[in-house]
Amino acid sequence: MSAITLEQVKHLAQLAHIDMTDDELEALTQELDVIVNSVESMSEAIGDDIPATSHPIPLSNVFREDVVGDTVLTQEQALSGAPDAQDGKFRVPAILNED
Amino acid sequence: MTELIKLTAAEAAAKLAAGEITSVELTQAHLDHIAATDGAQGLNAFLHVNAEEALAEAAAVDADRAAGKELPALAGVPIAIKDLIVTKGQPTTAASKMLEGWMSPYDGTVTQKVRAARMPILGKTNLDEFAMGSSNEHSAFGPVRNPWDLQRVPGGSGGGSAAAVSAFQAPLALGTDTGGSIRQPAALTGSVGVKPTYGSVSRSGVIAMASSLDQVGPCARTVLDTALLHEVIAGHDPLDSTSLNEPVPAFAQAAREGAQEGSLKGLRVGVIKELGGGSGKGFQHGVIARFMDSLELLQAAGAEIVEVSLPSVQHAISAYYMIMSSEVSSNLARYDGVRYGLRVVPEDGPVTIERVMAATRAAGFGNEVKRRIILGTYALSAGNFEAYYGAALKVRTLIQRDYAAAFEKVDVLVSPTSPTTAFKLGEKTKGDPTAMYLGDIATVPTNLAGVPSISLPAGVAEEDGMPVGIQFTAPAREDARLYRVAAGLEKLLTDKWGAPFYTRIPDVTETIRDFDFGGTK
Repeated sequence: MSAITLEQVKHLAQLAHIDMTDDELEALTQELDVIVNSVESMSEAIGDDIPATSHPIPLSNVFREDVVGDTVLTQEQALSGAPDAQDGKFRVPAILNED
Repeated sequence: MTELIKLTAAEAAAKLAAGEITSVELTQAHLDHIAATDGAQGLNAFLHVNAEEALAEAAAVDADRAAGKELPALAGVPIAIKDLIVTKGQPTTAASKMLEGWMSPYDGTVTQKVRAARMPILGKTNLDEFAMGSSNEHSAFGPVRNPWDLQRVPGGSGGGSAAAVSAFQAPLALGTDTGGSIRQPAALTGSVGVKPTYGSVSRSGVIAMASSLDQVGPCARTVLDTALLHEVIAGHDPLDSTSLNEPVPAFAQAAREGAQEGSLKGLRVGVIKELGGGSGKGFQHGVIARFMDSLELLQAAGAEIVEVSLPSVQHAISAYYMIMSSEVSSNLARYDGVRYGLRVVPEDGPVTIERVMAATRAAGFGNEVKRRIILGTYALSAGNFEAYYGAALKVRTLIQRDYAAAFEKVDVLVSPTSPTTAFKLGEKTKGDPTAMYLGDIATVPTNLAGVPSISLPAGVAEEDGMPVGIQFTAPAREDARLYRVAAGLEKLLTDKWGAPFYTRIPDVTETIRDFDFGGTK
């Protein structure tokens, strides 16, 4: 039923924020097609009346007191693995595509 | 090879408590064996070896014991930790270039528990990148080799932890299991691995792959050792909102009781029609042969063997790959080149955060990770959501119902852990990725249902001499039942063979010495 196109995979790669070469996109188009086809029979076999299960062991109302715990990282610790930081903050490249 | 490394964790703990050996001797023996058998010209099971800290902790335990202090049961017994679990003072990489050299500023909850149990940490074990894979060939830092045969894979994703325990590099290791990543490597390396009930062990500080499926569990060479380690790591954790707020059952006691004569009498064991039952369709001949041997032993010990059906298992792989990849695409969005790990700045054009992110993720992620992120992005995108992710969540309901119905008839379910023994490196990485995915057929259903499973060795397949695993599954929260039953079968098999299975592995040091690692020897 489904035939995954190169254009679709290109769009998915953009949504997922991963640069891909043409070779990668082509290989992935074929692989995705195989995978998606293999799950078609599942989609077709499932009736509308069956409820969805998103969690294996449902727990409800898991709350805690709204107080600062003892497991909080310091600002320095939180920034320790960042590729770039300045003035106690994560430093990022330009957010907007402008000069 | 010294005899110290051959000790099980239970044996080592007893000798430590009796003052017959010291933790420094025990830890040093394992570090020496790692030095002799690991690295690129060896098993490649460790991504980082933590010798200095491990020996310091061992010495501290020895000093406390000499001073007469009361110590936890496994104090002084060393352990390896899968490199998906964060550890202070050692790098945590998830076997990805994205996190190469990254130092976590905090310990995961299970890491804290291991430290509180006073267990020296030998190092971090190799895995498929971000735990995505069934062969360990997707590690960014080279594959782990199977200690039984260096041309073969150890399974995945936890091939490093499984290879380490079966090759006597560590008596115990921690793993994580999203679709079989503890149990399938255990089967392929002839060791024991447990995926606990979902929520039994905290996931806080475990790098997330698929949060509704991930669970931390123990790897060892015996059932009792896995039970002892499960007791160390289990328990409620307010930092994991899916953690079960219930007391930890006495797993080790259950394993000890299970090894007693007559423990299996009257046990109702369900052979799963779709997973190794009937004619064993889809399973390797030698896997089915060893599986049948075990069933005969169980029956002779007074267990009642019946066949049950889990009809929705036919859709389990499809549902698993949809749910897992969807959660992966969401969880791995955090690797954005800003907060931790790699940042790649594009060489040409404007340097914006979007372009940095896309370049970083292109360079930092391997092929299998990219494939799953894209698959998950597809499954969650508008127009596809109901047909793929939505349908998979419904299959999850059907699989849970199948297990519930089966457990009305039987106490435990049994199947082979993996349809095949360990395959050769490179055999399944070319072409159709679903060929590798199908190998997870017996393990993924229990992750979808959240129920606990254990894999233990059932012997070796005649055709290739490689280990075969048998898997028991119990209802949710009945992990203790698994330890009882698995220890019962382990005892029967050990009596039949005349020695524990783990003693049958060929000498790893010799195997490595004689192996041609590509013309370099």
